[in-house]
Amino acid sequence: MSIELRNISKKFGDFVAVDNINLHIETGELVALLGLSGSGKTTLLRIIAGLERPDAGEVLFHGEDASDVSVRERKVGFVFQHYALFRHMTVFENVAFGLRVIPRRARPAEAEIARRVHELLKLVQLDFLADRYPSQLSGGQRQRVALARTLAVEPKVLLLDEPFGALDAKVRQELRRWLRRLHDEIKITSVFVTHDQEEALELANRIVVMNQGRIEQIGSAEEVYHHPANAFVYNFLGNVNLFHGRIENGRVFLGDTAVELENTHAHAHPETGKAILYVRPHLLEIVLKPNGKQTFPATVKSINPAGPQVKVELVAEWGDLVQVEIDHERYQALHLETGANVFLRPKEQKLFVYQI
Amino acid sequence: MASQSHREPKRPGTADPPAVRIALITIALVFLALFLFIPVIAVFAEALQKGIGAYFAAITDPEARAAIRLTLTTAAIAVPLNVTFGIAASWAIARFDFPGKQMLLTLIDIPFSVSPVIAGMLFVLLLGVRAPLGGWLAEHGVRVIFAEPGIVLATIFVTFPLAARELIPIMQAVGSEEEEAAIVLGAGGWQMFFRVTIPNVKWGLLYGLVLCNARAMGEFGAVSVVSGHIRGHTNTMPLYVEILYNDYQFAAAFAVSSLLTLLAIATLAAKHFLARRAVPARHEQDHLAVKVAA
Repeated sequence: MSIELRNISKKFGDFVAVDNINLHIETGELVALLGLSGSGKTTLLRIIAGLERPDAGEVLFHGEDASDVSVRERKVGFVFQHYALFRHMTVFENVAFGLRVIPRRARPAEAEIARRVHELLKLVQLDFLADRYPSQLSGGQRQRVALARTLAVEPKVLLLDEPFGALDAKVRQELRRWLRRLHDEIKITSVFVTHDQEEALELANRIVVMNQGRIEQIGSAEEVYHHPANAFVYNFLGNVNLFHGRIENGRVFLGDTAVELENTHAHAHPETGKAILYVRPHLLEIVLKPNGKQTFPATVKSINPAGPQVKVELVAEWGDLVQVEIDHERYQALHLETGANVFLRPKEQKLFVYQI
Repeated sequence: MASQSHREPKRPGTADPPAVRIALITIALVFLALFLFIPVIAVFAEALQKGIGAYFAAITDPEARAAIRLTLTTAAIAVPLNVTFGIAASWAIARFDFPGKQMLLTLIDIPFSVSPVIAGMLFVLLLGVRAPLGGWLAEHGVRVIFAEPGIVLATIFVTFPLAARELIPIMQAVGSEEEEAAIVLGAGGWQMFFRVTIPNVKWGLLYGLVLCNARAMGEFGAVSVVSGHIRGHTNTMPLYVEILYNDYQFAAAFAVSSLLTLLAIATLAAKHFLARRAVPARHEQDHLAVKVAA
């Protein structure tokens, strides 16, 4: 089922949680709502579910206005951030709940309910835990029970609020892969909320980057990461260095050093020429000798060689802290040591510049 | 200094000297014995003073049976009403923000802060034959004061915070997520209420019910004012005990008292059992809250 949001707004008191949002989600898509806490992503998800009523705008399911359709009748599945499993019911009863509350006329027989519950528990690989209570399960197991419980009612749309937020890193990765596979299998229109950019980039067909109740960019992982629409998106997706500089006659000045760069996003302040520049750590190169107007001096402050890349922290001539990631081969060739004076060179001419 | 600490096994820094500990425990035990155990034993000793036959005669006396019946009837009306009110009030307070919420919380506590005698007086002033409302009721043949309805009303008044007070913190701790989950899964309002809301608070609810029942059966002050002490009609068990005592029928007075004491002991046992059941659930909540905070 496709979902369409038209001019959705929602306020809590004076706080604008969702500010005039338009969004179309195709049938079978897996969409991530990505943003910091307070960006309105959970509120938007709850509005789609019908748990929250928007102050303005409408929600369309399959082209039909669902504004007056109650939560019960929307046929959405909602997985809560902390799972909201019924603590006084066994895993089996939790999954069976959605079937047991169907009006008697339409309710499947007990044997059919049992069959479907076990089928779902097998799907989430937890059939052996059917008689346990939620408090006896690990976080990852609870999450999968919550999913099975949601799928039991055969929802047309699956909504997940921070589905892996409360899990540790290892389990999170595993469940992420598992959810991806599940989605490929059952092709249900899914929307999940996350503040973890890595999760969004890895899992979603499309990412909706949200900030202060508005959408900053909608696009594939490739689009939002490599072609960010604005500074917020660039800053939010991945590590980033931030420089305060000036732009004069198309030349970028960092401190007293003029670095010659082309600017596709030259948004300097019209009068002072002040600008903020963003550069990702892996897009800076460390060299030992200056190279005209393309490099600027810096001093190595600390080196962390653990991990696939060597993380070097430097202090630029004008005092800003700079993070650079280089590969191990390059690191060994440079013979870097703390305190060494080196030069930094942007690898790409397209620095991201944003007006102050 | 150092050698001394080697010779003497040292107490942990947080422990009190043994003398202090023994003194405190002794004081507590003596106090308990004086004010709790001895009186309870005394009640039964006095009650059985004239033999088991007299004891049973005293509690099967028609007036005694009327008092027992009235007490049970009163509790049977007051307890369900207050449990219903308690669920409604705690639900409203825990789930919704509305103007006057703080006011409602304060109002619920009034019966705790007002002397029961004054509560009884209020009902007499409001519903006595001389009062406009009471007069109007009397014209229509309804007697409230010096009759059973007054006793029930006074009992409801003094017991109504008990269930609500017990349920509000539990409802707040449990939160509304499971209820929302039930609705999203297709449950109707009543299905959600009976399958999710009530089971989640059931131990707290039973605990409140036990407290409410104990107070309803034991209430003296408010009931005494509105009752009129008509033997065989408007005497509850506590009132009947007072009358017997004033008539110098000590053995009978203590026999009826012993029934109330047994009720108190049963209540305490139930309370102890329920409190233990209720605590793990709350503990789990705390655990969850910590996780959320983290």
